[in-house]
Amino acid sequence: MRILQAVPVVIGVVIISFVLTRALPGDPAVYFAGAVADEESIEQVRKDMGLDQPLPMQFLYYVGDLAVGDLGRSHSTGQSVAEDLAQRLPASLELTLVALLLSCLVAVPLGVLAATRPGSWVDHACRVLVTTGVSMPTFFTGILLIYIFYYLLGWAPSPLGRLDFMYFEPPKVTGFYLIDSLIAGDPETFFAALKQLALPAITLALFTMAPIARMTRAAMLSALSSDFIRTARAAGLNRSTVLYRYALRNALLPVITTLGMVFSFTLGANVLVEKVFAWPGIGSYAVEALVASDYAAVQGFVLAMALLFVALNLVIDILYTAIDPRIGFGDQ
Amino acid sequence: MISRRSVLKAGAAAGLASALPFASILPASAAGDVLVGVHGETINSLDIHRTGTNRPSYQVAVNCYDRLVKFGIKEMDDGSLSYDYSVIEPDLAESWDVSEDGKTITFTMKDGVKFQDGSPVTAQDVKWSFDRAVTVGGFPSSQMKAGGFERPEQFSAPDDKTFVITLDRASKLAIPDLAVPVPFILNSKVAKANATADDPWALEYVHKNTIGSGAFSVSRWDPGQQIVYDRNDEWHGDLPGVQRVILREVPSPATRRALIERGDVQLSFNIPNKDAKELAEAGLEVYSTPVENSINVVGLNYNFDPFKDPDVRKAVAYAIPYEEIFQTAAYGRGVPMWGSDKVEGTAWPQPSPYYTDLDKAKEHLAKSGYADGFDVPFSIDLNQLDWMEPTALLIIENLKKIGINATLEKIPGANWRTASLVEKRLPLHLEGFGGWLNYPDYYFFWAYQDGKLFNSSNYSNPEIETLVSETLHLPVDDPEWAPKIERMIEVAFEDIPRIPLWQTALNVASNGADGYAYWFHRQLDARTLSVEKD
Repeated sequence: MRILQAVPVVIGVVIISFVLTRALPGDPAVYFAGAVADEESIEQVRKDMGLDQPLPMQFLYYVGDLAVGDLGRSHSTGQSVAEDLAQRLPASLELTLVALLLSCLVAVPLGVLAATRPGSWVDHACRVLVTTGVSMPTFFTGILLIYIFYYLLGWAPSPLGRLDFMYFEPPKVTGFYLIDSLIAGDPETFFAALKQLALPAITLALFTMAPIARMTRAAMLSALSSDFIRTARAAGLNRSTVLYRYALRNALLPVITTLGMVFSFTLGANVLVEKVFAWPGIGSYAVEALVASDYAAVQGFVLAMALLFVALNLVIDILYTAIDPRIGFGDQ
Repeated sequence: MISRRSVLKAGAAAGLASALPFASILPASAAGDVLVGVHGETINSLDIHRTGTNRPSYQVAVNCYDRLVKFGIKEMDDGSLSYDYSVIEPDLAESWDVSEDGKTITFTMKDGVKFQDGSPVTAQDVKWSFDRAVTVGGFPSSQMKAGGFERPEQFSAPDDKTFVITLDRASKLAIPDLAVPVPFILNSKVAKANATADDPWALEYVHKNTIGSGAFSVSRWDPGQQIVYDRNDEWHGDLPGVQRVILREVPSPATRRALIERGDVQLSFNIPNKDAKELAEAGLEVYSTPVENSINVVGLNYNFDPFKDPDVRKAVAYAIPYEEIFQTAAYGRGVPMWGSDKVEGTAWPQPSPYYTDLDKAKEHLAKSGYADGFDVPFSIDLNQLDWMEPTALLIIENLKKIGINATLEKIPGANWRTASLVEKRLPLHLEGFGGWLNYPDYYFFWAYQDGKLFNSSNYSNPEIETLVSETLHLPVDDPEWAPKIERMIEVAFEDIPRIPLWQTALNVASNGADGYAYWFHRQLDARTLSVEKD
């Protein structure tokens, strides 16, 4: 059921992305015809790219290609868009997921701690930390971290993307270097990839901590003040059971919702981090494509993101039912 | 200098320095034979003939392929290397004969040169490659046309060793145009084996594979990330000093700067003027080579009334704060192009007779039909903000002082080319152009002739039209050439549709790389590079 509900969304995305990319400024034929192109060769490029056809025809061609899984060719990278996405999406996802994990590991306990002692110095310290994190633009945090840990201290490896030039990527299984290198039984590459990942992941984690910590704190506070906790306390259950079994579990629902939102805006915030760390991810890809009016690449990106978010919402719904069985989507 | 290259060469000959394996980790002992460079651009194809191949990709044509002839390399005053426009050397061709009327050029191919798959390079391969360049259309065909090569019928290969070009008319541009990246020689046997009915020129295959006889081959190409060149030890030229060159794409200039300063990469290509200035002050080796034939200019569009008035154009030219712009926008990197007394010989670019003088500017404006000034948008490209924004702001400030009210208009990069060059609809704008063939007449052909692509000012003057067409194909030692060129420059400065600001420079920082040579195509030539031994 939930999967079927996604179909109209995807159709809508296909149409909207097509129309919006056509509204981009700039004439791709001029751009791709090259430095010394004359009228004649620009026309030739326009024809090659199918841009001389009327819009409805272009749309039909596009849908026809989509149906066979062909996302077209990106003119700025010269590769097929599907290939580009397959290569770059895992890079962004790996970075985002590691950052979110890191962020949760810090933010959730911090939120719980702040909620159990509202108004204390811990609460204030937590607030200061997360506010600082979210108020600094990610590219600034990134450059600052590079300056301190790479340039001054020399602890971090050179910010040259996913792997230092001395290493070559592990054989592709999932596209996540951390997992693939383990599958290949190559700890050296694993640690190399982990080292490259550290600074950009921390940069993003600093940025995403705030909403998670704030939401954990608020949800914990409301859970702790609710009737069932008072009852549990009155019944003489010990403190940690009350806190973790009852309060935290109930507070997790809004936190999961927040995580879903944070995930989507982190993928957006990725763009600048990817630029600073030369991370070959999907954010920088989309921006380059936009600048060059690279239709196929932009459409492919939008479509991939739409599918990703549809899948993400599905996962969140499933998580809901796992955490709170009262929410049963299957029965609807 | 000698030791390193000759030692490596000897090593290669003895089979000591065999090809590096693509293990998951480079062996530490081999690290010295690897040079790592960074740049901020994306290489989008390995084939310069393909539609949409961008400028950074031109380097592949140079590093992995040979041409019939090549430009020499000279040492500059500061000890750096640069290509030498005045010297044409044999590359795949051993020698060539030009017929009496200059219309037939007969090349004799070198003996024993092999493609990287081991098959010999023949005149048939040259013929196939040239046919490809003039047939595929777009940029490669336009560039071929500049040398007078337009149709496959102009090329013939009577036998394996002989290649003949028949020109419609004699031209001094013909042979130099064979040394630019476009007419590169492909292995036609491999290409044909990978061609299809839809794709007779194997554009898809050559897009991803290098099938030349050049100094390197591309062993890895991850678009948006890196390109890896491996040396071809069978190359017919002087072997490059490194076995492998890894060129990484790093979009952020701040990150590139940290990398080169720390010495984790040996070369940072095409760095911003500001970094060039500061890195040089910090003691790094920085090459700033003036880009031949390339100037940044203010364009005054003849299609708009105020700029039809010669006094308005002169008023603007005298109102520009040249020195301030040069220091602020170019950080003093490049060559000033203002304040000369008179046209000095045939050198191009050369300084214009204008300089900053607001009184003169006011005088000219008072004489014009716009004594009370006027309003005009000043257009710049969002993609070139680094130099265009400070330049435009400084000019706007000074124009205000003489009564011209210019407002800054930023145009998105995707629109810029269409607006400035194709539609030529920007009244007042900034522009930069450099031609590959380093002759003033060639520059004027593109930028000052009516309707030509880089003539963003819609400039048209019958005298220039005649002078350009008369000189374009004339040999430079023809007695008529020099006076006509001088006259051409004089007229251009008098009419001043383009106000020269400065000649741009290409900045490259090195931290441990030797043998960097500047090339007119402004891309990395890996063939002369080596790693410094400490």
